Amino acid sequence: MSAPAAHHYTSTGLDSRKIAIWAFIGSECMLFVSLISTYLIYKGKSLVGPFPHDPYTSATGQTFPPILDIPVTSGSTFVLLMSSLAMVLALAAVQNKDVPKHTRGERIIGSSKLWLWMTALLGATFLCFQAYEFTAFVNEGLTIRTNLFGSSFFTLTGFHGAHVTAGVIWLVSLLAIDYRRGLGPNDALNVDLAALYWHFVDVVWIVIFTLVYLIK
Amino acid sequence: MANEPVHSDPAATTPHAAAHEHHHPTWQTYVKIGAILTAITVAEVWAYYIPSLVASRVFVPMLLIMSAVKFVTVVMFYMHLKYDHKLFRVLFTGPMLIAAITLISLLFLFGQLKAKFGN
Repeated sequence: MSAPAAHHYTSTGLDSRKIAIWAFIGSECMLFVSLISTYLIYKGKSLVGPFPHDPYTSATGQTFPPILDIPVTSGSTFVLLMSSLAMVLALAAVQNKDVPKHTRGERIIGSSKLWLWMTALLGATFLCFQAYEFTAFVNEGLTIRTNLFGSSFFTLTGFHGAHVTAGVIWLVSLLAIDYRRGLGPNDALNVDLAALYWHFVDVVWIVIFTLVYLIK
Repeated sequence: MANEPVHSDPAATTPHAAAHEHHHPTWQTYVKIGAILTAITVAEVWAYYIPSLVASRVFVPMLLIMSAVKFVTVVMFYMHLKYDHKLFRVLFTGPMLIAAITLISLLFLFGQLKAKFGN
């Protein structure tokens, strides 16, 4: 049985925490747009390779292939999209915890632990993809200090990865609460706040995937 | 003065504020939206591997439109902005608008807009 959650209503009739998370997300939009702007402004202005979409031959005759690995990043994009689906199902499960479940399917859909686990694991998988990508780039000669592309790319995707990491930690803390005392309808707002943050991280990646990876 | 906590609605609103809201979609709707998002992502990646399409003028606008559709779908349905209070919409779209204007202005100032769309 879940413990009752204290609400912080404002004069608008809305909970202050939900207003705060939307204001925070608004400010985060501006942060990520500044990073994306920097990436786009520097795009195509690197003097030395490796380059994102074109091969590069150095003065010493060393040849670098295009550095971006679209199949791998497509996989990680799919993983993050599916984590958003799992997150929204986790929220629905918490909101409908008190609704009786008769069938096995209803119990699966109504399991907040399952969907929170799924979201956290998919988030962690995305981070593994990113770690693999960063390691591959460094091995192929692209670091944050190599050229303008490397600096802006690692800064942008690194910031996003840090946000995903924070989201996974938030999800694990919700899971700990769920195992300790169970999450119920009274906790729906707490899960909603985490869900909003998680979906925001997802929409940022939707933009990054198109602007950084797909547009040559 | 803050209102009294009248009930523990999942959306954390008083009945007055809740009057502005509608019920959230069912899990079936969420799964369908997930399938649509996946299909758009597949279409984006598929487009990336067609050289004639990549070389054409429609490639970049097409990708931007598909990305925008995915963005709006997640925000409206998964983030429930379509169903939530108007204030949340203002809190999100306001900064988004400022950010979009800033992005376009910077790209224009640094001559990157012409490089992307003027080939």
